[in-house]
Amino acid sequence: MTRVLGDEREPMKTISEARETLFTTFSDDWGSDITTLKGVPWGKAMMWVFLLSDTFIFTCFLVGYMSVRMSTVEPWPNPSEVFALHVFGVSVPLLLIAIMTFVLISSSGTMAMAVNMGYQRRKGAATNLILVTALLGATFVGMQAFEWSKLILDEGVRPWTNPFGAPQFGAVFFMVTGFHGLHVSVGVIYLLTIAFRIRRGTYDESNFEIVEITGLYWHFVDLVWVFIFALFYLW
Amino acid sequence: MSETEVPYQETMGLHHPRSWITRYWFSQDHKVIAVQYGVTAIAVGLVALVLSGLMRIQIGFPGLLPFITPDIYYQAVTMHGMIMVIFLLTAFLLGAFGNFCVPLMLGARDMVFPFVNMLSYHVYLLSVVVLMASYFVPGGPTGAGWTLYPPQAILPGTPGVDWGIVTMLLSLIIFVVAFTMGGLNYLTTILQARTRGMTLMRMPLTVWGIMMATILGLFAFPALFVSAVMMLLDKLVGTSFFMPAIVSFGQPLEHSGGSPLLFQHLFWFFGHPEVYIVALPVFGVVSELISVHSRKNIFGYRMMVWALIAIGALSFVVWAHHMYVAGMHPYFGFFFATTTLIIAVPTAIKVYNWVLTLWKANIKLTIPMLFALAFILTFVVGGLSGLFLGNVIIDVPLSDTYFVVAHFHMVMGVAPILVIFGGIYHWYPKLTGRLLNNTLGHLHFWVTFLGTYAIYYPMHYLGFMGVPRRYYAMGVGSDFYPESAATLNEFITIAALVVGLMQFVFVYNLIASYFRGKPAGSNPWDATTLEWQTPKTPPNHGNWGDTLPVVHRWAYDYSVPGEEQDFVPQNVERKP
Repeated sequence: MTRVLGDEREPMKTISEARETLFTTFSDDWGSDITTLKGVPWGKAMMWVFLLSDTFIFTCFLVGYMSVRMSTVEPWPNPSEVFALHVFGVSVPLLLIAIMTFVLISSSGTMAMAVNMGYQRRKGAATNLILVTALLGATFVGMQAFEWSKLILDEGVRPWTNPFGAPQFGAVFFMVTGFHGLHVSVGVIYLLTIAFRIRRGTYDESNFEIVEITGLYWHFVDLVWVFIFALFYLW
Repeated sequence: MSETEVPYQETMGLHHPRSWITRYWFSQDHKVIAVQYGVTAIAVGLVALVLSGLMRIQIGFPGLLPFITPDIYYQAVTMHGMIMVIFLLTAFLLGAFGNFCVPLMLGARDMVFPFVNMLSYHVYLLSVVVLMASYFVPGGPTGAGWTLYPPQAILPGTPGVDWGIVTMLLSLIIFVVAFTMGGLNYLTTILQARTRGMTLMRMPLTVWGIMMATILGLFAFPALFVSAVMMLLDKLVGTSFFMPAIVSFGQPLEHSGGSPLLFQHLFWFFGHPEVYIVALPVFGVVSELISVHSRKNIFGYRMMVWALIAIGALSFVVWAHHMYVAGMHPYFGFFFATTTLIIAVPTAIKVYNWVLTLWKANIKLTIPMLFALAFILTFVVGGLSGLFLGNVIIDVPLSDTYFVVAHFHMVMGVAPILVIFGGIYHWYPKLTGRLLNNTLGHLHFWVTFLGTYAIYYPMHYLGFMGVPRRYYAMGVGSDFYPESAATLNEFITIAALVVGLMQFVFVYNLIASYFRGKPAGSNPWDATTLEWQTPKTPPNHGNWGDTLPVVHRWAYDYSVPGEEQDFVPQNVERKP
């Protein structure tokens, strides 16, 4: 913004000066120096961007699933029947999946409580809640392992074929739930690491935003599961 | 901004190297990582250059080198394309320029997560090693063409179907991981770690270009990742994501019900933004070069920024213009042709602004400037042929001819590489403290610039004659093409070999000038941006002295009336 020197008239406002009077804090924040997202630590900004990127990965997986579901020539199996459990002689559709979903959603609740405890600097409570979250996550992975082994060993579902119909059913199932299960497993390790480091005192100088950053990842994994549940199991 | 806010960068602890290994190999200094990225990318780029030479010899003088069998030829085509697009251009522009420029230009001490940055390079190196391993596995690398279209990519008959395609896909998956780690760092650094006074609208356009390219990369590479995972499953596990029912060599295959078009959609959902992942940093760097070397502020800075953002956004809705002949619904072609032509608007704004920056400027014909000017010409030529190919009705007859080869080499092969050269000549003095040899630079520039035109202009003509691309030999029935097609191919091959050899002179210049180049001083180009204002040249670890620089003005205060010098660095206070 250069002005011509020696101009006798009242100096014209530069564009940015004129805008200062017009715009409110929103544009000031975005246009200001040092940080664009005010009060957001580096790690949190980075986690958000990573999760956006990861969203594209899962979106591509799910779009690929819908695409092959359209392109395949054999009928798509009915997930309610495939994923039914026989309990006390009654076939309950999606029973295991419902329990898994309940467990995972509950773990989001305990994670949120952990974040709250973190910001209150109650280290012990935060650590315990993180551990509970990790335990619920591990339970989810365990049930997934049970589901996989049941399908593979008892019912003969393979990535390339299955007795229920379109071969893509098994392929998509193993790929998408496998990739999500990998995310949950990594999340459990991540949670345990963070819990250990909190107990060791690594974050005592900070205000425990690390718990929130970890929580972002965990909630994301849960949210992805909601979409997988809706688009693969219920549809 | 509140007055009390302290940039995190000022309190950031630096990882201090203790030995040679941590200083030069596992370094967490962004400048060292930039050099590592650059050297690796150039090395692997030279491999791709040699491969292109082999291809050209086969096309121009069929049978001259008897060891170039069809398999070797197709493997060279594939590896040349993939290496150049991903492992050279993307890695160099974001890995080398991104790492070097972002913290220096923003007045930061380093990337926000130096350890992740270091990891990013080593994972990239791993992906290069896996890719190069293709040449040492049984059957050699894949010959599926760089687009790797299934079903042919994983069926017998294509070279490297046993191992090569697996190493290729694994290498791509690893590269995406490496890029994600780097890209998260660039974006977080640009958003959250600028120095005092460095507002978004004061950032040099180089940083804007790198930022937009990083965003595109973070959202586009997932599609490549997913398509690579799915094809790997098709190949190794026997799933049928991309494989329809097929009879191969008289035998029906196990596959059925997959969608080859799905792969093309996923691939080009990555592939088209990829063009702009390469182009946007190039736009940024060339804006920098033109402004600095013509001693004039960049014309329409705000429009340049908004054009970058508009191009970035539009690049996600044009991908299927690569698939007009793939069997899509014709209405799709209508939609994608429209969006493709709309993207020409912000691109044209940028070209006009570069030209208007040059208008009545004090142009210094330094080597970086020559490369920048050559870029404008080349980019316009490549962009204009893009208008032909963007229209369905013209694209259909031109598909898979040399016209396409000429177009994309001009617009995203030669144009970016010219800017990479220009950027290297521009920033080499800051990196090493020495200037590159000027005579060799002129030789390199003129041979490369004129040579690439000798290569690619005739290709447009070949394309109009209908000469198909990727053919090993014209074979029976080639009488259809006039004699000039063959002689032109000979001419192109000779030009390509000359240009190829000249790049080794450039590499020699890079090495020799490091030891014997003229000392450059801290600011040889009289540039305003922060990287030229470091207390030491080359900048030491941490870049700045005890305090970070404070920015008082935008990046383009050149030839300001009333100032003593024709440039005012960004960290000079405004006169009251």
